[in-house]
Amino acid sequence: METKLLSQFVGDPQQHSIERAIEHGAYQAWQKVLKEIAPADLIQIVKDSGLRGRGGAGFPTGMKWGFVPKETLKPKYLCCNADESEPGTCKDRVLLEGDPHAVVEGMMIASYAIDCHTAFFYIRGEYDVGQVRMSKAIDDAYAKGFLGKNILGSGYDLDIVVHRGGGAYICGEETALLSSLEGDKGLARLKPPFPAVEGLYNCPTIINNVETLANLPHIVMKGAQWFAGLGTEKSKGTRIFSVSGHVKNPGNYELELGYSLRDLVYGLAGGILDDKPLKAIIPGGSSTPLLLPDKIDTKLDFESVAAAGSMLGSGAVIVIHEETCIVWVAEILAHFYMHESCGKCTPCRQGTGWMYEILRRIEAGHGKMEDIDTLLDIADNIEGNTICPLGDAAAVPVISTVKLFRDEYVYHIEHGKCKVRSQFRLRVK
Amino acid sequence: MILSDSAKLQISQTATRYPKVRSAILPALHVAYEEHGYLSDQMYEEIAQVLGVKFIEVAEAASFYTMFPKAKRGKYLIQVCRNISCALLGSHHLTTYLLDKLNVGLGEITADGLFTVVEAECLGSCTTAPMMQVNAHYYENLTVEKVDRLIEEFRSQK
Repeated sequence: METKLLSQFVGDPQQHSIERAIEHGAYQAWQKVLKEIAPADLIQIVKDSGLRGRGGAGFPTGMKWGFVPKETLKPKYLCCNADESEPGTCKDRVLLEGDPHAVVEGMMIASYAIDCHTAFFYIRGEYDVGQVRMSKAIDDAYAKGFLGKNILGSGYDLDIVVHRGGGAYICGEETALLSSLEGDKGLARLKPPFPAVEGLYNCPTIINNVETLANLPHIVMKGAQWFAGLGTEKSKGTRIFSVSGHVKNPGNYELELGYSLRDLVYGLAGGILDDKPLKAIIPGGSSTPLLLPDKIDTKLDFESVAAAGSMLGSGAVIVIHEETCIVWVAEILAHFYMHESCGKCTPCRQGTGWMYEILRRIEAGHGKMEDIDTLLDIADNIEGNTICPLGDAAAVPVISTVKLFRDEYVYHIEHGKCKVRSQFRLRVK
Repeated sequence: MILSDSAKLQISQTATRYPKVRSAILPALHVAYEEHGYLSDQMYEEIAQVLGVKFIEVAEAASFYTMFPKAKRGKYLIQVCRNISCALLGSHHLTTYLLDKLNVGLGEITADGLFTVVEAECLGSCTTAPMMQVNAHYYENLTVEKVDRLIEEFRSQK
């Protein structure tokens, strides 16, 4: 069963209009915050709720906000990270297109908590519908007096600026997002200083994911204790999981954290396509290690997925059935990281290309047995040696597929062809 | 002058929304791309003049991102997602099917000037794979029949 907290109204085709959203309770939390809640108390409420970031890293949101210096003359900024581009992930899009006012209201609440008066909404350039709907939602919120100067007589001012990215996965990484927002190439920056202290235009900046922000109106209206009652001991609330690949009913499913992976894949998602045996699952987006079928009873919360040997990441569950060549899977992912490496750190810039070339060679039937260890060696030299997590992410699929399916690599090299060949072709109808 | 007066006005107005004018480089590139369907050094120069930044700052930013190509493309730019969720459901067949059907190579323009097919990395449409983006629009859950119909529609619209 889904627990529809954030996605409750996304099925309503008019939910993106401000009138319908208000009928469904939008901006009540914002009015409550302005009237009744001091910023410091708001931060405490979010800390008490246990909300953790939904972008991938799972950092506690209230704690992140708490890092913004109080005694500073510099302006503070909030950035909503809508640069959703982790392969397998399309859950933020559900909210941007289906309930944009929830995201706008979340941005308002977060801005107020950190005393920000100019917030930026950074959306990946390709998300056209999301950009149009969010821009309209923001314009309509101004017209209703929920944004602008002296909002609803509170004395609080807030502007939100929509900023379209230019097509670059790296800009989902928070420091690269800031570089991009400053008009630069999207290069990651060394931390510290952390953005909360020195971010956009060298000012304190908080970057929060779309889904993280969309939780805030609910927490404000129903309380920290209520929210903390959802999920598990350390993973609170719900998450929207994007289930893709070889399943009968791919889709976005909002689940209470701690839901069973088996019930998601075989229940809600209808089981494996053509009833083929399961080969592997990537549980949290392409940057997370694969899980074998014996991990199907893993619970979907940060701790349980980590204990199973992977990461909950962005909540993108990619299902792979038996008739899939794992070297081919690794090659596709390696191509992606090579393409998206920003080029700032040598191990990532060079290593992602080398890994792709070797995988392509093996996949094409010209692999050498020493390639396997060369791949691991390159991955090992990238991991931990780059400024941002893209390097680690690029190493993951290589290390994980070799570790779990070394026999397939060996077969591929010995026979010059796939051990199993994906039979899946484009459907006619 | 390549950029229209209205494009330049739009760029200078956008710049006022940011604390620092450099932030308006990406929005300016979007405006130029939407007006012309490609970018050029001349456009970089005009954007730099409107914003009061250096040519190299515009050129550097533009070269980093996939959405600001300098090459001209067909009227319909078809981007087929090649990443994992789409690949698992046959996106590579979709690409070859399109190239065969349109009788064109990857990245080339068809003889009638209508189509260019390229591969793209994950476009965030994973649960509706396989998919392609044609200009700004997403077309999802693609099948051979659907692709045939879409191509016919584009051809009839010209």
